[in-house]
Amino acid sequence: MTSLFEEVPVSIDNDIPTTRVEVTVNGERRAAEIEPRLLLAHLLRNGFKLTGTHTGCDTTNCGACTVLLDGEPVKSCTVFAVQANGHEVTTVEGLASSEQLHPIQEGFKDEHGLQCGFCTPGMMLSAVALLNENNDPTEDEVRWALSGNLCRCTGYQNIVKAVLWAGAKMRGEQ
Amino acid sequence: MALDEVKIGGLGSSRKRVEDNRFIRGRGNYVDDVVLPGMLYMEILRSPLAHAKIKSIDTSAAYAIPGMRMVMTGEMMAARNLAWMPTLSYDTQAVLATDKVRFQGQEVCAVIADDPYIARDGVEAIVVDYEPLPPIVNPEQAKAPDAPLIRDDKVGQNDNVVFDWEVGDREGTDRAFAEADKISTISMHYPRSHPSPIEPCGSIADYDRSTSKLTVYMTTQAPHIIRAAVSLVAEIPEHMIRIISPDLGGGFGNKVPVYPGYVMSILASILLEKPVKWIEDKTGNLISTGFGRDVYLKGEMALRNDGKILGVRMHTDSDHGAFFSDAQPSKFKIGLMHSAFACYDVPTAHLTAQGVYTNKAPGGVAYRCSFRVTEAMYFQERMVQAAADDLGMDQAEFRRINLVKDDDFPKRTPFGFLTDSGQYEKCLQIGLDAIGYDDFKQQQEEARKRGRLLGIGISTMTEPLGAGNSREYDILGIKMFDSAELRVHMTGKAILRTGAKTQGQGHETTWAQIVAHELGIPAEDIIVEEGDTDTAPFGMGTYASRSTPVAGAAVSMVSRKIRAKARKIAAHLLEVSDEDIEWELGRFYVRGAQDRGVTIQECAMAAYSNVPDGMEPGLENNAYYDPPNLTWPFACYIATVEVDPETGVWDVLRLVAVDDCGVRINPMIVEGQIMGGLTEAYAMANMQFITFDEDGNCVGSNYMDYLLPTAWETPGFELHEVVTPCPHHPIGAKGIGECATVGGPAAFVNAVMNAVSHLGVRNIDMPLLPDRVYEAVQTGNDISGMPPVKTDS
Repeated sequence: MTSLFEEVPVSIDNDIPTTRVEVTVNGERRAAEIEPRLLLAHLLRNGFKLTGTHTGCDTTNCGACTVLLDGEPVKSCTVFAVQANGHEVTTVEGLASSEQLHPIQEGFKDEHGLQCGFCTPGMMLSAVALLNENNDPTEDEVRWALSGNLCRCTGYQNIVKAVLWAGAKMRGEQ
Repeated sequence: MALDEVKIGGLGSSRKRVEDNRFIRGRGNYVDDVVLPGMLYMEILRSPLAHAKIKSIDTSAAYAIPGMRMVMTGEMMAARNLAWMPTLSYDTQAVLATDKVRFQGQEVCAVIADDPYIARDGVEAIVVDYEPLPPIVNPEQAKAPDAPLIRDDKVGQNDNVVFDWEVGDREGTDRAFAEADKISTISMHYPRSHPSPIEPCGSIADYDRSTSKLTVYMTTQAPHIIRAAVSLVAEIPEHMIRIISPDLGGGFGNKVPVYPGYVMSILASILLEKPVKWIEDKTGNLISTGFGRDVYLKGEMALRNDGKILGVRMHTDSDHGAFFSDAQPSKFKIGLMHSAFACYDVPTAHLTAQGVYTNKAPGGVAYRCSFRVTEAMYFQERMVQAAADDLGMDQAEFRRINLVKDDDFPKRTPFGFLTDSGQYEKCLQIGLDAIGYDDFKQQQEEARKRGRLLGIGISTMTEPLGAGNSREYDILGIKMFDSAELRVHMTGKAILRTGAKTQGQGHETTWAQIVAHELGIPAEDIIVEEGDTDTAPFGMGTYASRSTPVAGAAVSMVSRKIRAKARKIAAHLLEVSDEDIEWELGRFYVRGAQDRGVTIQECAMAAYSNVPDGMEPGLENNAYYDPPNLTWPFACYIATVEVDPETGVWDVLRLVAVDDCGVRINPMIVEGQIMGGLTEAYAMANMQFITFDEDGNCVGSNYMDYLLPTAWETPGFELHEVVTPCPHHPIGAKGIGECATVGGPAAFVNAVMNAVSHLGVRNIDMPLLPDRVYEAVQTGNDISGMPPVKTDS
């Protein structure tokens, strides 16, 4: 583990107070000095340059910004970065190791579960949260678990197949 | 031995997508992911009112915020002659409001700051004093004699009418109606909807004074059109403009027009000499950028008692919002509405269309369709169902009687298009068999006796995809063709660039498949690039399902040019004359001596090392393709539903889709397109619409109010296929991206209407919300979706 310090660009001339946060992101400890109002999605994207987390709607509906906070899926556009202080965050960049894709990533490619790719990171993280709890879900369980994530391209059918594919892989059946 | 085409990823291979490799790792490069050194951030202040005079704008508090760089106002834009810009439909649109605001969400100021949060603070700090004016929210109000004039900025505009337009044979149609046994009528509203890609619009403008070059990263489906438009509006020479459309998070027509935000980021970058990033928020996207539909449809059909259609009259009243900024061919004011009834043998038809201004967001973009084809096919299929019902005839049988027969091609449509291929009855029959039509009708009868409401709805249609040809199709006079450029390197690897721009359709995968088919170079040896106007050949972009019909054809044609040159090189290498050379996939050989041959890769090497005397070295070329006709895919969609009479909720039991899009380049991707389209069709039928209250407030300005289906609501789809190759496309392909969005809505609505028509209900306007369906079931009345009108009480 390395300890990194990165500064988030904020205007230092104003009188808005800042605070230090430390977050473990994809297994690395990272810290930043931030305005308390900074959203987690923006800390990840602009501060830590992890642009795989997308922001689509600003109202916690589309789920493109979904990340795992201590293993639980959250919509990072509606979480203050300070709320993640001292916690662990997993983003799409943390799913694969350098050599090996996560089964959900393989499943999305194999079953054509993405088109434009914008919803995909959030969709995959919601699916990972489900599969970590239950690696043999029914189609209905998959659909319910993904119902906080919107996709405009695929019609979901192949996304559901991708998640079932990943479940089978995690069970050693793929 | 010729290569196995599927193994090298050629035509018909369900090759996995190459673009997925970056998307699944979070390594896509969308516009908001682009960071330039010293970049500033822009946010837009939008009007809270639909119609109001601007009395004053006070920006002093915004300027007092540390980190603030500039606040742009309409006055500032006007001083530079940039307060107004031309639209893609020969109208003008305000970049920043000067005199008054004309819709809720209109751009009033732009704030540029060191940080997006500071820019947002700046927006909050601006004080605008408005004097409200009466808003107009529908065509009826717009046409009232005492209606306030929305476009008082336009010289000679004395009413709120945008256009009056007609097409077809008025007298012939009158005669057909005079001879009819029966006349069937229908009146509907196709509600306003927003394409709503998950990624909103945005741009990063970077003007470099040292080189005078402007680079703009931008969410655009048509980068070359944007380059031309920016050159004209901002008076920057075209070669000094580079538009880069990076990965797009969906488009669906929303990312075709030029929006004020793009223009303002460009001006801000020029004035501040720094890169300026503007990323729209979701509300900004939903309330100000190109919507789709919003058309009132009135139809009459002249019928013979035996079921034959004799003629059709159509009238449309379309609501274009405050500025006519549709992106569509300039000849056709209401898009391709007159493509209706193309799959039926209808002897004569006449269409009148009127468009009006209202105090609503501008647009009328082709939302996942070819220029109003969605409205046309909905009109057609709802009219057909109503006519069958009026004749007391089975809906499938009525279609069978009137569908164009396989032997009738080429066939003129009632409005003069030329359809060229199809097997319509076969598609219909496959659909009916798959759904078990007769069995379902029996179940429906039995269920009805027990108070359950089942319904089955059919939608059959052919639609014109792939504008141009350039004789008839242009945008602002720019002819609608497309292009491809192929460079084969000496080791036989290649780079392909086209004038199209993928937004999820998978061009990086499928274009390489076309090259593999034409040249035998494995698809994995070809990379595809699009979206950078400095490197890609000129093209009109991706919308209206035109990529495969036009740019895809150009890919074929440029590959054939490369093959023709390689053939000469092969003759040289094999020391025979050109005429003695034969081609099999990936290899030339000597006629009569198949073992004496050279591969395409060997020809590529020779092109750079051993060309015959007098031949230019290299193996590169380009092709501009102007299609002789549109492509005409056919689809049959059949839905079965159950309506709950107690709640008005309806569930899809099954949806069967039979698509004939000609030759399929990548069947996996084609099916993905169909399922995506069916979901948008389901959305429009069920929940997705943008409406306005009587004050012109947009209801549906965020994803809490604008409902899009999730994985939970979306039904499963059963897909079937028929292949009738397009006779004029080089590989026999037709467009497919939009068929299901276009034809799908009528299948769902016809199914619900079929479930409730015995109660006397003839039409419920989309979306078929539970309260609308409930009221129709309880009262037996039609339900209009017309937005509310302000009344004095």
